[in-house]
Amino acid sequence: MSAARISMADWLRGSAVYRSIVRHGTADTNRNRSLVIFENLFLHVHPVKVREKTLRFSHTYWLGGVTLVSCLVLIATGILLMFYYHPSVPQAYRDMKELNYVVDNGLFLRNLHRWAAHLMVFAAFLHMLRVFYHRAYRPPRQFNWVVGIVLLIVTLFLSYTGYLLPWDQLAFWGVSVGTNMAKEAPLVGEKIRFLLLGGNVVSENALLRFYVLHCVVLPVALLLFLSVHIWRIRKDGGVQGPPTDADDPRQEEAE
Amino acid sequence: MSPSPELHVVESTDPLAVPRRVALVRPDTRPAVRRSDERYVMTFPHLIVREVILFQVVVIALSLAAFVFDAPLEGIANPIETPNPAKAPWYFLGLQELLHYFPPIVAGVLLPGLVVLSLAVIPYARINLTAGPLWSPGGRRLALALAAVTAALFILFGAFGCWPIAVPTLLTAGAMFAARGGAEGGRLRRALARVTLPEWIMTWFVVIATLLTVIGTFFRGPGWTLVWPWSGPI
Repeated sequence: MSAARISMADWLRGSAVYRSIVRHGTADTNRNRSLVIFENLFLHVHPVKVREKTLRFSHTYWLGGVTLVSCLVLIATGILLMFYYHPSVPQAYRDMKELNYVVDNGLFLRNLHRWAAHLMVFAAFLHMLRVFYHRAYRPPRQFNWVVGIVLLIVTLFLSYTGYLLPWDQLAFWGVSVGTNMAKEAPLVGEKIRFLLLGGNVVSENALLRFYVLHCVVLPVALLLFLSVHIWRIRKDGGVQGPPTDADDPRQEEAE
Repeated sequence: MSPSPELHVVESTDPLAVPRRVALVRPDTRPAVRRSDERYVMTFPHLIVREVILFQVVVIALSLAAFVFDAPLEGIANPIETPNPAKAPWYFLGLQELLHYFPPIVAGVLLPGLVVLSLAVIPYARINLTAGPLWSPGGRRLALALAAVTAALFILFGAFGCWPIAVPTLLTAGAMFAARGGAEGGRLRRALARVTLPEWIMTWFVVIATLLTVIGTFFRGPGWTLVWPWSGPI
């Protein structure tokens, strides 16, 4: 039975259609293992070989990875939530009730989106601290640190704009408190707040604007900066773990 | 740093000669330059498998959390019924806590602006690239400067009654002084003695940010008064 299945798999792998999609054979040689990476659009951001040390848990604690995975979960659950959501008053709130009580697994979907959002903010913050204490912002990675700060801010805004969408008391007053803070910026504060809310108070207009920001503007910005962030990791020689004596500039000065 | 070696540029007249590349490695340049003899492994399967496992662990953990804990949903938004206290999401509660002590322009604009700016310039400030352990033998001037800065910050934040900043400032300074001459001390003091100035400052910031967020999230009740987390719904 199992032998038959293996030969089925082999037959599939050998078929003309399969080989037209995946051009290399089974990854049982280093050549084919290399091809797995650089013949794949999504994997070829990786080098074919990586430093063994970078795979250790204490090298990065995988915190950037956790942030990325929660981001992927958010995109997937977010798209599904959009099928059930109308950014208008009071339909937005009714949709929450529908999700909680009518839609199959609707509550689970909403929970997953909520907790993934919290995890993403938290993991991004921890990732920043890890990079700082490992001094991984040093040249040539200076600008990628700045991109990371931009990503952190975009993440915070994503989370914040999403906070209004359920249109419950928690959402309404949480956003009211926050946007009152924005008002305090000198000269432009009032104008920024008006622009953000489409009015002077949190209203239906604000809901629509936050919805568009949350589902279009900020995700696009996030993906743009994220692409730069990840691409630059590769260009700067891979992930940078804790400093060792060998790459400590102070050692050089002591010599 | 030793003085840079003098460079002689010799122009070859032979058009077929392969040019020799000269690389000048500055001390603050990419660390990978010195690591030619490191062990490498194939990305597939070693890294890819770990990435898949990471993905699965995070998705499973989030799914379990989503099964057990429900996302909050209160009554429909009502602009005329203000809940007391009205709280922002948790990651902004540190800021909201600051509003309790400082005028809105300081808490809402100046301090967060300074934080973002200071974070963004970290890699461009020379001290973050070259800083060694805080204390060198002697260090009297540093001790005086540190005491003066601590006193100034403590008085400034104390004057606003902002103890969640003033007290950690004192504690951090205490730890910094404990690190002085710690190279000969016990394990803890030896570890403290290795901490650089940028690391002290970041740790100070993280402690304060965490403390403000925790207070704002769990210890603030109606009228933003101090309450115990178990004394009512948050």
